[in-house]
Amino acid sequence: MSINLIIFSGLAFMMVIAALFAVTSSKIMRATTLLLFVLFGTAGLYFMLHYTFLGAVQITVYAGGIVVLLIFVVLLLGKGSVDVTQTSMRRYLAGTVTAMTGMIITIYLVNTTQFAQGTVNADGVAMRELGLALMGTEKYNYILPFEVMSVLLLACTVGAILIARKK
Amino acid sequence: MIDFNTIVTAIDSFLESVMPHQLAIVVECILAAVCALVAYLSFAILMIYMERKVCASFQCRLGPTRVGKWGLLQVFSDVFKMLIKEIIEIKNSDRILYNLAPFLVVMSSLITFSCLPFARGLQVLDFNIGIFFIMAASSFGILGILLAGWSSNNKFSMIGAMRSGGQMISYELSMGLSILTLVVLSGTMQISELTEIQTKGWFIFRGHIPAIIAFIIYIIAGNAETNRAPFDLPEAESELTAGFHTEYSGMGFGLFYVAEFMNMFIIAGIASTIFLGGWAPFYISGLDTFNHIMCYIPGCVWFIGKTLFVVWVLMWIRWTFPRLRIDQVLVLEWKYLVPIGLLNLLIMTICVVMGWTF
Repeated sequence: MSINLIIFSGLAFMMVIAALFAVTSSKIMRATTLLLFVLFGTAGLYFMLHYTFLGAVQITVYAGGIVVLLIFVVLLLGKGSVDVTQTSMRRYLAGTVTAMTGMIITIYLVNTTQFAQGTVNADGVAMRELGLALMGTEKYNYILPFEVMSVLLLACTVGAILIARKK
Repeated sequence: MIDFNTIVTAIDSFLESVMPHQLAIVVECILAAVCALVAYLSFAILMIYMERKVCASFQCRLGPTRVGKWGLLQVFSDVFKMLIKEIIEIKNSDRILYNLAPFLVVMSSLITFSCLPFARGLQVLDFNIGIFFIMAASSFGILGILLAGWSSNNKFSMIGAMRSGGQMISYELSMGLSILTLVVLSGTMQISELTEIQTKGWFIFRGHIPAIIAFIIYIIAGNAETNRAPFDLPEAESELTAGFHTEYSGMGFGLFYVAEFMNMFIIAGIASTIFLGGWAPFYISGLDTFNHIMCYIPGCVWFIGKTLFVVWVLMWIRWTFPRLRIDQVLVLEWKYLVPIGLLNLLIMTICVVMGWTF
């Protein structure tokens, strides 16, 4: 058994266990913390694939950004220790149907797609190439999504200021 | 200068010769982890001793003198005291999160610590995105503080954690901007390359005005990131007892304490790596004899010397300025440091494009 396989199984095991407990946990604060470990596991997988940039982005944006934001919202609402287990049958049913649909679509796509062989070298993608691709205007470059994203973030900021501002 | 890569390669080839490849990798990982942990703890002890002595001399006192020669054993006896203290269990607290929180904080600072380059080839993690990885790893330490504050079931802890959260998230921005300014100047994010470029002149001299502005912003933001005075609102002892770690006893508190001191060391280490040349010796182009003599001083001496100098500056600030109010902290960040940082980034970009750097 190779080391890569061992590390992958460790990460996968951690992610599955953390995800299961995140869903079944009755306290929202614990669920958020367990979600953090799922995100760490994903970042670990990116590092395993030598895609260090995406791994670091995963940690900065999700672990250091989204989860902190989630915890902040929970703390400001003061509902950290409230029991969130649902007993209503309808919600269980709706949740199960949504989860099953998602799972079936994922399994179908994974089985039917032809994945390209990995060509990334051990050093990963050079930062310079990534930056040029993000800012490039040619074919397969990403200047338009990049700019659209920045407009979206600007709109969010303006909206937040509008809501938070005193009359 | 000694290149530690040769030593590392020698150890690697020795291990490969006596055991299978995969086992050798595991052994190397364990060796690296043990070395990093030992260095982490030794620097923590050094920092605590230094803080006491520096603080004492700023207040015209002597500091610890009784335990050991010059009080050298004071820190060890304090650690021993902390180890034999009772671990208190808080009623109605979330036990799991309460115990997890200190480890998140230490994990974040330990990962960041292992990115520091102590000499050529003497660093644990060296990615192509190095400096960005440091930012990423230090960004989740705040989670530990928030969880500690919430799970303690104490209003003081909660207020301290919320203040700390607001402050650290805000100041991360101007810290990132000042680091980005230096990345524009250097054209690389890999830490070993960053230092290698600086063997021909430190960035604070090569980048002149924008680099100095970035350095000042970095020092202010770094001070706020470590929750130390004048930004010590999260644990303001006169208002909040001890802030987010009020309810922790024994080693739970010890871990927060060590992580706080080591975060200061790490902030200083990053400052010395990206501004003051890391392990690169002092270099003046033209004076070849002088540069040659400087090269005889080993890299780790340069790095640790520069880092301790920045640490000393941070301690000087800590024992000089009074604590800010929370609105003053936020106004300083959002109305002054971020706009200045953005403008400074623009100036640095213009300087680099026009070739106005050395």
